[in-house]
Amino acid sequence: MLSKAQNKLRLYREFINSSVHDSLRYNIHMPEQSIINLQNVSLTLGQRTILHDISLIINEGEFIAILGPNGAGKSTLLKLLLGLYKPTSGKITVLGKTPKRGNNEIGYAPQHRTLEADLALRARDVVGFGLDGNQWGIALPDKKRETHIEQALDEVDMKHLSDMPVGKLSGGEQQRLLIAQALLTHPKILLLDEPLSNLDITNAQSVVALITKIAKNRKMTVLLVTHDVNLLLPAIDRVLYVANTHSAIGKSEEVITSEGLSKLYNSPVEVIKTKGRVFVIGEEH
Amino acid sequence: MLDILQYSFIQNAFIASFFVSVVAAIVGYFMLVRGLTFAGHAFSHVGFAGAAGAVWLGINPIYGLLAFTIAAAIGIGSLGKELRERDITIGIMFTLALAFGALFLFLYTGYAEEAYSILFGTILGISAVNVVITAFFSLLTILVVILLFRPLLFSSFDPEVAEARGVPTQKLAIVFLILAAITVSVSVQVVGVLLIFTLLVGPAATAMRLVKGPYKTIGLAITLGLLYSWVSIFLAAETNLPVSFFIATLSFGVYLPVRLLAKTNI
Repeated sequence: MLSKAQNKLRLYREFINSSVHDSLRYNIHMPEQSIINLQNVSLTLGQRTILHDISLIINEGEFIAILGPNGAGKSTLLKLLLGLYKPTSGKITVLGKTPKRGNNEIGYAPQHRTLEADLALRARDVVGFGLDGNQWGIALPDKKRETHIEQALDEVDMKHLSDMPVGKLSGGEQQRLLIAQALLTHPKILLLDEPLSNLDITNAQSVVALITKIAKNRKMTVLLVTHDVNLLLPAIDRVLYVANTHSAIGKSEEVITSEGLSKLYNSPVEVIKTKGRVFVIGEEH
Repeated sequence: MLDILQYSFIQNAFIASFFVSVVAAIVGYFMLVRGLTFAGHAFSHVGFAGAAGAVWLGINPIYGLLAFTIAAAIGIGSLGKELRERDITIGIMFTLALAFGALFLFLYTGYAEEAYSILFGTILGISAVNVVITAFFSLLTILVVILLFRPLLFSSFDPEVAEARGVPTQKLAIVFLILAAITVSVSVQVVGVLLIFTLLVGPAATAMRLVKGPYKTIGLAITLGLLYSWVSIFLAAETNLPVSFFIATLSFGVYLPVRLLAKTNI
């Protein structure tokens, strides 16, 4: 039983290594490889049109910030990529395939409530869900399993807190934990929904630095939903702005302009740039 | 003191309460982490109607318990997530069940003892047949929980990520409610409808505050549950006072100082 599990882990590791090599090779030969592709995608839930005729391409290794007012469909867009929703019309390809749930090549950390203190789970238990939470049965004691979990905790600088009950961790620490959990299947795409929303500026900056570092090391594509783009401006490649069922994608200075956003919102919006920061005025909330 | 063990009704009580304590501790842990303790309460009340109905019809009450609670589990499960998590929906359902329970007891013209044993349990009077039924359903439930363990824990903790990772969270939710219904049904025999929390929630809630990690927590909850019920059977046999009184007192008596003193998790 145990040796079977060990064998599985060995194969798993070899697979990871070979896929890392592949992505390295890709980067040398084909610098701009499309990894996410939406063609004329619309989504209607009940009576409400959430997204209408959205087309966009995201390339391998890009760091994208997803912006837009509340309820504009930013989280819904991530769920489309995960296969949790099917588009009403149009075509989505992620890593060359139609999205399907249970895809280990996508890491996901949803918009997150505070982890409950009463849950009596340790940091390592939460991260362990990312490794084998979807497999049947109980987890047998296994050194390699623990090593994997500890490596993931180390990658987000949380190894010293691995036995800490999750309820005792700060907002920033909990966020790191959820990122570690999302990384355990060695995904090629990381989807993060509002990872900075409950953090103070210092904590948010360190989480952004961490995501940037991991994404570079692993050559990972990152899509990050946020309310405030300013913290991310130095880190991101492009922004995807979702509003009024439409979207615009491009360099932040091209997309976040008074003219561009007014057109997207279909109402007057003013963009103010001061001291290297961007503010959008007149957003409907 | 150990001479009481030679009586077969005492032996039956020990065997049945062994299975019930183990299954209640395991399922109780998941009910706590899934925020379903109120549904557990509702099941016991629905079970009351089932047991009373069975008594009126002259059937073994355990069948009435199982039938009504499992039907309630499927009912609550098919309500959909939003409605299911509203206490008011569940509350209204179990009030109706109680009303039927009252009706059945009124129609049944036998002894009040039957009603008493549904409300407060009669483990010392458990029949050999019911010991077998209890063992069967407890083992079945434990086996299914072991099989579903990791996805169940994952979806209790973080349903959204679990679903994205391919865990069938909706189906799991319904299966778990059925397991909870079975657990409540077998537990009612030991502690009765009104004291169901003492075995279902007490041990797990206490264990959570003392140790970390799901496996250790469940292990300790089982130990506590067994300790409460076995010590209580001894005390009841010695004093002629009700078993469920001792179980509830022990369960509370251990939880209270732990809640006040343990710093482990909070």
